[in-house]
Amino acid sequence: MEQPQIIAEPSNDPERATILLMGLRRGGKSSICKVVFHNMQPLDTLYLESTSKPTTEHYSSLIDLAVMELPGQLNYFEPSYDSEKLFQSVGALVYVIDSQDEYLNALTNLAMIIEYAYKVNPEIHIEVLIHKVDGLSEDFRLDTQRDIMQRIGDELLDLGIEGVQVSFHLTSIFDHSIYEAFSRIVQKLIYELPSLENLLDNLVQHSKIEKSFLFDINSKIYVATDSSPVDLQTYEVCAEFIDVTVDLNDLYENKISNQPLKCSSVLQNGYILTFHTMIRGLALVALIKDSDVDTTMAVVDYNVEIFNKALKEIWKRSILS
Amino acid sequence: MSGNSKKKLLLMGRSGSGKSSMRSIIFSNYSAFDTRRLGATIDVEHSHLRFLGNMTLNLWDCGGQDVFMDNYFTNQKDHIFKMVEVLIHVFDVESKEVSKDIDVFVKSLKQLKQFSPNAKIFVLLHKMDLVQIDRREELFDIMMNKLKETSKVYGFDIVGFPTSIWDESLYKAWSSIVCSLIPNMNQYEENLTNLQKIIEAQEIILFEKTTFLVICSSNSGQLISSTNNNFEKLDPKRYEKISNIMKNFKQSSTKLKSQFHQLNLNNNLFIMELSSNLMIFVVLPFDANNNSGLIQENIKHAKKYFQ
Repeated sequence: MEQPQIIAEPSNDPERATILLMGLRRGGKSSICKVVFHNMQPLDTLYLESTSKPTTEHYSSLIDLAVMELPGQLNYFEPSYDSEKLFQSVGALVYVIDSQDEYLNALTNLAMIIEYAYKVNPEIHIEVLIHKVDGLSEDFRLDTQRDIMQRIGDELLDLGIEGVQVSFHLTSIFDHSIYEAFSRIVQKLIYELPSLENLLDNLVQHSKIEKSFLFDINSKIYVATDSSPVDLQTYEVCAEFIDVTVDLNDLYENKISNQPLKCSSVLQNGYILTFHTMIRGLALVALIKDSDVDTTMAVVDYNVEIFNKALKEIWKRSILS
Repeated sequence: MSGNSKKKLLLMGRSGSGKSSMRSIIFSNYSAFDTRRLGATIDVEHSHLRFLGNMTLNLWDCGGQDVFMDNYFTNQKDHIFKMVEVLIHVFDVESKEVSKDIDVFVKSLKQLKQFSPNAKIFVLLHKMDLVQIDRREELFDIMMNKLKETSKVYGFDIVGFPTSIWDESLYKAWSSIVCSLIPNMNQYEENLTNLQKIIEAQEIILFEKTTFLVICSSNSGQLISSTNNNFEKLDPKRYEKISNIMKNFKQSSTKLKSQFHQLNLNNNLFIMELSSNLMIFVVLPFDANNNSGLIQENIKHAKKYFQ
């Protein structure tokens, strides 16, 4: 069931980071919306109160996901005046293409929207979700992506706006790809995140960490990661490790002491997964490659403590200012 | 552990009731989602599973189409029903032909009475997730009463479980089934209780390593009714939930091309290897100031009692 949310008023604040989710009928927008919205809640509150150092980030929520229903049959679409205002206020335009369906219509539609949105707001991030790829075989996914990228490039060339940056994501709500895609989209919208990434880079360099993620515990969207490339497998393992830690802790939870959680797990090939709760529902999950568990963990624990202090510092200053 | 034990388990039920899905999840590391691609089982599919070292579970997954079923009760009956330790009969709660399902159950009871009268009978009411939550218990009771009545005629006492592949109930059922086959259970329990006293743990649970089924726990016996009311607050389904959580984690660790080795949560909760086929799960009291090195050393010394 798709329930389009109608935005009464685009928003008075033009700098507000809004994600506009568009696409043809039955592309899966509302499902994405539910998955992401449901998971977005803790992240929202995080940015409302905690690390809101940049003053521009005082929103009622971090991401406003407005679903704009597009009729599938019309091949001519001209947004009214209201949508012009809307395009000006959004930070990212997410266009959902159903990869299991005939997508030529969607591509023409998308090109038109890009042309319009780009005219109104050249700063806009255009993100294309090649959605529902869970039903496609591995080879076919890449073929589809290549085909779609090629066709969009051609369309934009025809329209004379080849300078637009369009990012593509292969997504499905049945695995972690939608979180991964949204993590990337959200990160693009928070310009202040480089400071967090810098902190993580520092941490990684000094603790033999292979990969680290700063997760929002409830949504499993990662707010920041270090600058080494993200490998989807690693992300999935780290996200699932959050579940393991939280679920195990819930079973034997002691209601009185509310101490921060710390968890580490050693795998047989010497990988160590660690989990540390940070401030305000954030958690640092790291993957370490080392065989000597005890000494490694001592160093990591110490460094993570410093990292946590740095986060607290950022948060404290943002309250004061 | 001693004794060469080959146990024959029959997994029966009408077609589509979810027999092969169960087997795949518990013994072949499938996720619940993966079971969609399983096809129909043709005739009998045998699997030999080594469990706790020298115990071999001989699982006969019997395809449930009527053609095969008729065959089991006529031509192959002595082959199928001889030397059976355990019959696991699976009922689909959504089934339209309940009377026919029970009919098949009765037929196999009849054969068992003749060929292996000492078999243990387990009944699983499967696909419980398809029933509304408030109606589940009622439905289970009605069905179990009916089944108990029918099986009494043949002199069997049956144990039933509501199960679903989408939650932890499957692990509870299979843990009880497999535990009923372990001969020296008392010794395990005794050792575990001793260990609990020595390291002053809140609880210790023993898991089989590959399947993560619960073997026994330090609080399973008389201790649970003792004065320590701390346990009453704990989740009664925690064993199965741990199985479920750890099984998922095991699966996700294969993405790093590795296997789970050990885990330490807040220095209070430890999961580690005890022997080549056992995992131990230790929870210490939360107020104590624990030393993880000390615990590991203690467990290392406990290993020789669980070989």
